[in-house]
Amino acid sequence: MKYFHLIWAALFRRKTRTMLTLLSVLAAFLLFGLLDAVRVAFNAGSDAAGVDRMVVSSKYSIIQGLPQSLIPRIQATPGVKNLTWANWFGGYYQDRKNQGINIAIDPGYFDIYPEISVAPDQLAAFRQTRTGAIVGEMLAKRFGWKVGDKVPIAGAIYPNKATGETTWTFDIVGIYKVEEEKLKGLEQQFFFRWDYFDEANSYGTHEVGWYIVQVTDPKQSDAVAKAIDAISANSDHETKTQTEQAFNLSFAKQLGDIGLIVSAIMGAVFFTLLLLTGNTMAQAVRERIPELATLKTIGFSDVSLLALVFAEAVLLIVIGGVLGMVLVSLLLPVIGDATGGRMQLPPVGAATWGIGLGLMILIGLLVGVLPALRAMRLNIVDALAGR
Amino acid sequence: MSTLVEIRDVSKTYERGKQKVEVLHHIDLDIQRGDFLALMGPSGSGKTTLLNLIGGLDAPSAGSIGVAGERIDRLGGGALAKWRAANVGFIFQFYNLLPMLSAQKNVEVPLLLTRLSAAERKRNASIALQLVGLSDRASHKPNELSGGQQQRVAIARAIVSDPTLLVCDEPTGDLDRQSAEEVLGLLQQLNREHGKTIIMVTHDPKAAEYASHTLHLDKGTLVEQTAA
Repeated sequence: MKYFHLIWAALFRRKTRTMLTLLSVLAAFLLFGLLDAVRVAFNAGSDAAGVDRMVVSSKYSIIQGLPQSLIPRIQATPGVKNLTWANWFGGYYQDRKNQGINIAIDPGYFDIYPEISVAPDQLAAFRQTRTGAIVGEMLAKRFGWKVGDKVPIAGAIYPNKATGETTWTFDIVGIYKVEEEKLKGLEQQFFFRWDYFDEANSYGTHEVGWYIVQVTDPKQSDAVAKAIDAISANSDHETKTQTEQAFNLSFAKQLGDIGLIVSAIMGAVFFTLLLLTGNTMAQAVRERIPELATLKTIGFSDVSLLALVFAEAVLLIVIGGVLGMVLVSLLLPVIGDATGGRMQLPPVGAATWGIGLGLMILIGLLVGVLPALRAMRLNIVDALAGR
Repeated sequence: MSTLVEIRDVSKTYERGKQKVEVLHHIDLDIQRGDFLALMGPSGSGKTTLLNLIGGLDAPSAGSIGVAGERIDRLGGGALAKWRAANVGFIFQFYNLLPMLSAQKNVEVPLLLTRLSAAERKRNASIALQLVGLSDRASHKPNELSGGQQQRVAIARAIVSDPTLLVCDEPTGDLDRQSAEEVLGLLQQLNREHGKTIIMVTHDPKAAEYASHTLHLDKGTLVEQTAA
C-alpha cells in the first residue's frame, strides 16, 4: 500500500489520456454487465428450476399435447410424489406488444412451486372460480390490475366456445409474489385454470401441454424419468421426461444460445479493449523511461518495477471496470421502468461481479505484461543517457 | 581518513553494435571517507562511466571496486539495488524528479525502500527539505520550482536515507551561476558538516573549486590529480 501514491500518480500523469482510456474500459464493462444481465435473465428459468421437479413433454415437440389419461399412470409411477400439469396459452393484453406468459394450470401447480407465494384465501378463490386467474405482482403493477378486475386476454390459438373469439376474459382472484430477488422475473406470469381452458376452448381434446412431476428422491430422477417415458413407449404420444432445469434450458435455447452470443460479443469487445489499453500502457511506460530509470537508480529492484507497472495496468482496468459495473447496477432498474416492466433484467449478482472482477484483473495483467517486462529489463545507464 | 572507495585495475568496455569501445583503461583509485572529489575531463573521457561504476549502476568489464569493504562488482542485480538504496545518494544534471509528486513526496521515495512508517518517512523527508532550505516548498510539484530549487529537492532526496556516498553527475550543468553556487555551497556543507563523501563529475572548473580534490580523466585514463 505504501507504493499506492506512486502508482496513482503514474496513472494520472496524462489525465486526458487516462480519462479516455477509463471511458473505453467503462464502456466495455457496461456492455458486459448489460449483456450478462440478459444472459442471466434467459437462464433464470434454469436457476428457478427445483432439483426435485421434472417435466414430461412430448418427445417430438413442445407444441404437441399429451393425453390427460396419463395422469393416473404417472401418479402411480414409483418415486413420483406429486403431479401437476399446464398448457401454454400465450396471447396479449390490449396491445400486441404486451405479449404475455399466460398459462393454463391445474390448481395443484402451486403446491409444487413453493417459491410462488399465494395467499390461502386467494388460492381458495382460484379453486372456486372457473374463470379465475392468479397473476404475478410485477405483472399486476405493470398493467394496474387488482383482485376483482376482469381482464381480457387476446389469444392467438384457442377460440372460446362461448364467444367464438380468441379473446378470453378472466377474473383476477389473486396476486402472487416471488420473494427471491433473482427469481423476480417469475412475477411476469398469468395463470388461469386448466379445466376451464380445456372445457371452453373449441379444440378441447383433454390434452395437456406438459406435466410437472415432483419426485420423492432427486437422486432417483433418472429411474423415474425412464419409468414415465416407458408408459408411452411405442405410442403416438411418446414422452420425454427431463429435469426442469434441462427443460427450461432447452426451451430458452430455442431462441438462440444466448450464452454463446454474449460470449462472442464480449470476446470481440475485450479483444479490442486489450489492444487499445495495451497501446496506452506501452505509451505511458515509454514516456516514463527516465523516471523508471531514476527509481532503479535509487534502489528499486527489477521485480519492484515489474510489480509497479502491473499494478498500474490492473488499477486502470479495475477503476474503469468497476465504474462500468456500478453504472450497469444503476441502469438496470431504469431500463425496467422505462420499458414499463416489459424488460425485466435481474440486478447485477455476485456471480457477474466475480466474473467481471476476474476479467478486469486478467485484462490488466495482459495489458501490463509487455510494458512491465520493459520496465524490469531497463538498463539504467542507457535509460539515463537517453539511449 | 580511511579509504571508502577502492578501485583496482578497472576497465570498462562497451559494445556498440559489432564495435567494442574501451571507455576506461586499467584505473586504480582510492577515495578517502569524507572526501569531496571532482572528476573532470573532456567529453567521452569516461568520467560518467567511472561515476556509474562507483555508484553501482554499471559493472566493470575487468578489475574490482570496493566500497566500504564491500566488493560491489561481485553483487548481482537485486543485491546491487539494495546496496545502492542503503549506501548511495544520486544527484543528476537534470534533477530527475518525479513530475507527478510534490517535493515532499519526491524526497520520501528512497524511504519507501526502508522499513520506516509513513509518519517517519514524512518526518525524515521534512528534515531533509529543511536542510536544503526548502521547507516552505514541500507541497510544490517540480514544475512549480526553479531549476536551483529542483536540484536542492534532488539533493534532499539523495541524503534522506543518510547514505555514505553522494555521486553527482554535472549537478550544476543546467543551472545559472547563482543557483549553481547555492547548490555547490550546499554540497560543500554536506561534506564538511555532515561528513558525506562526495564524488562529482563536472566540466566547470569553478564548480571543481568547491571540491577538496580534482581528478582529471582523458581517454579513459587518470592523468592528473590536483588538491584544492
